[in-house]
Amino acid sequence: MSYSVLIVEDSRAMRGLIRATVEQMPGFSTFEAANGFDALKNLPARKYDLIITDINMPDINGLELISFVKGHPDYKDIPLIIVSTERSDEDMERGLKLGASGYIIKPFKGNELQELVKEVLG
Amino acid sequence: MAGKDDKSRGEFLAESEDILEDLGQHLTRMDEMTESGEVDPDVVNAIFRGVHSLKGLSGMFGFEGISQLSHQLESLLDALRLGKLPISHEMTSVIFAALDRLKILSEDISRGGAERSDYADISSMIEDALSKGHGLDSKDLTDEIEIDAQILKVLTEYEEHRLRENVKAKHSILLVKARFDLASFDKDLTSLNDRLKVMGEIISTLPTTGTGPEAGIEFNILVGTKESVEKFISELSGPDVVVSVIKYKAVQKKAEPESKTVRSLSRTIRVDISRLDRIMNIVGELVLSKNVITRLSKDLRAVQGFQGLAIDLYKASRGLERKLSELQEGVIEARMVPVGQIFTRLSQAVRKYSSEVGKDIRMEMFGEDTELDKLVIEEISDPLMHLIRNAIDHGIEPPEERARRGKPPRGKIRLDAYPKGNRVAISVEDDGGGIDPERVWRKAVEKGLAEPSETLTRREMLDLIFLPGFSTKEEVSEVSGRGVGMDVVKRNVAKLSGIIDIDTEIGRGTNITITLPITLAIIKGLMVESGGEKFAMPLSAVSETLMLEPEKVNSVERREVITLRGETLPLLRLDEVFRFPKKEDQEFIYVVVAGLAERRIGFVVDRLLGQQEVVIKSLGEKLKDLPGIAGATELGDNEVVLVLDLESLINESTKKRQMR
Repeated sequence: MSYSVLIVEDSRAMRGLIRATVEQMPGFSTFEAANGFDALKNLPARKYDLIITDINMPDINGLELISFVKGHPDYKDIPLIIVSTERSDEDMERGLKLGASGYIIKPFKGNELQELVKEVLG
Repeated sequence: MAGKDDKSRGEFLAESEDILEDLGQHLTRMDEMTESGEVDPDVVNAIFRGVHSLKGLSGMFGFEGISQLSHQLESLLDALRLGKLPISHEMTSVIFAALDRLKILSEDISRGGAERSDYADISSMIEDALSKGHGLDSKDLTDEIEIDAQILKVLTEYEEHRLRENVKAKHSILLVKARFDLASFDKDLTSLNDRLKVMGEIISTLPTTGTGPEAGIEFNILVGTKESVEKFISELSGPDVVVSVIKYKAVQKKAEPESKTVRSLSRTIRVDISRLDRIMNIVGELVLSKNVITRLSKDLRAVQGFQGLAIDLYKASRGLERKLSELQEGVIEARMVPVGQIFTRLSQAVRKYSSEVGKDIRMEMFGEDTELDKLVIEEISDPLMHLIRNAIDHGIEPPEERARRGKPPRGKIRLDAYPKGNRVAISVEDDGGGIDPERVWRKAVEKGLAEPSETLTRREMLDLIFLPGFSTKEEVSEVSGRGVGMDVVKRNVAKLSGIIDIDTEIGRGTNITITLPITLAIIKGLMVESGGEKFAMPLSAVSETLMLEPEKVNSVERREVITLRGETLPLLRLDEVFRFPKKEDQEFIYVVVAGLAERRIGFVVDRLLGQQEVVIKSLGEKLKDLPGIAGATELGDNEVVLVLDLESLINESTKKRQMR
């Protein structure tokens, strides 16, 4: 089984960490978007199995992205994982209401994210 | 998640440098705008976002100092951007100071070292500033404007606040719908946003799927503006941009409540600890209920047709989990008191005793701010007093002897408290004569507490002072007469799941360190399996777990031991203790190294199952003295698991050894 994962995160180093963590799992390949805009542009490029997104991003933020994905006929089945900190607790809950499948709070351990990814992909 | 190797350090530094640079520029702008009285919320939000990123990043890379300081600064900026605090020069100067310190901390890292610089002063500045904040306005926006609930749902907390602010200022709220081609939407949207920003504030940009034949991408942009709606519409409207006005609802003004109060200035209340215990118990029960729900959601996921429901349940259980752990932390926090409370009492006692026994002693205290559960503090104060009395009585030499040894005539006792992982260590250190292991051993043989034929290591000799009825001092002094015995200390420390360690050097002094769990209310349990049964071991007593080939086990005096970092560690097989059938042909054995008071032991188990929070319940009157069992706990799936009483197991195994 192979999975394509889109990582939406405006921090370069954080993106790198998430990418390395996800790619440790066999069969996973990752694609990166530096912000919500970038993600919108990347979505039509291929069929993603999972989107991992930050919430606090300029212009198009994580919630707006989730709402867009869940409202789009082509993308609505892609599960989303929110990566954020406990500060954005309220926003995270809003994200789940909008249809995200799970969330993880920074700082997290690599295996926690891997577990969550596996759980969300069922 | 990432180590502090050179590569990840480099990645972290490169990005944090960029963030700090941006922050500096934005902050300068914010400060200038504070001058003119009109601060662009976008700038404040940009600073918040930068600090937020820095915090997430430093947390992931394990840089504690930057992570903690940026966490505090983030709270301050969150309060500023959400209007809980007014923006002022005072605030910007606090933020400037914090940024400077963050730079210094990251310079520490870039010089290849740890974050050496102190930031406690900045922390308290931020705390001060934060304490002036007030709560958030939570009026329902749909009561005031005719806005689509779908749009409200997508707003972040911050965007919602900005909308409120615009509504409060009676600005016009506009919904700008723009449709762009998929190929060029980013450029088109940027240029539209640039025009919008001149005329008002962009509150939210929500992308939606385009409708119609040439399915492009649509954006619903929520804007607040002081400008006239007509001007706005005429300047923006076009084939691809439609502006609509969100109307205000007619509101009835309520009279403002009178604010003349006679409220008290004090912000603390006194609470009986038993009330907090009760809340803690309820939290414990809730943790169990939560485990049931998590379990159910996993089971449900396997059932055809229930996946959607399973995800909902899972989300609910995750939410519950987070809130529960916050609640738990909150209650634990409320139970916390600084160790300084007992330090003061102890130092008074020292002054009294030292003059009674004619010794001149100086007391030094460190880490008084370290916090511990109120009950743990109360329980530990007597053992600490014992240790200090012992130091005065047996440790610190009389002035003339000190002079002979070339020591200052005045003896010193140092009390030190500091956090150690999720535990707290309290040490009592004296600069007295130290403890001579050989002398301890001879004394123990005399008293019939040790066999003269036995060869003991230095550590084992020292451990003898914890046996009941041991005292090396020939004459019983006034102070010792009050029941000073290390066995009492040990028993009390063990009751709190604590560990006691002795470090001593003849002629130089003794350091006795007690390591305690921060709270006793809910414990983390290490779940293990032996003979097919599950057990929970209090994690606070576990120092490490090992996986070994069975050949690594040696036999010394008919007792199984292993060598751990040069020291001999006796083993205890749980299956033998409970007379379970022995598991044969194991490729590996698992050893849980646990220590209570001065004695450490390796428990051999069949499997390690992981960690879980457990609430210890008593087994009731009939079973209460079951050897080796402290109680039972319920796991999420209605499974009852026994909690091991490590203290009695270790004592039992020590006794056996003495009988031989």
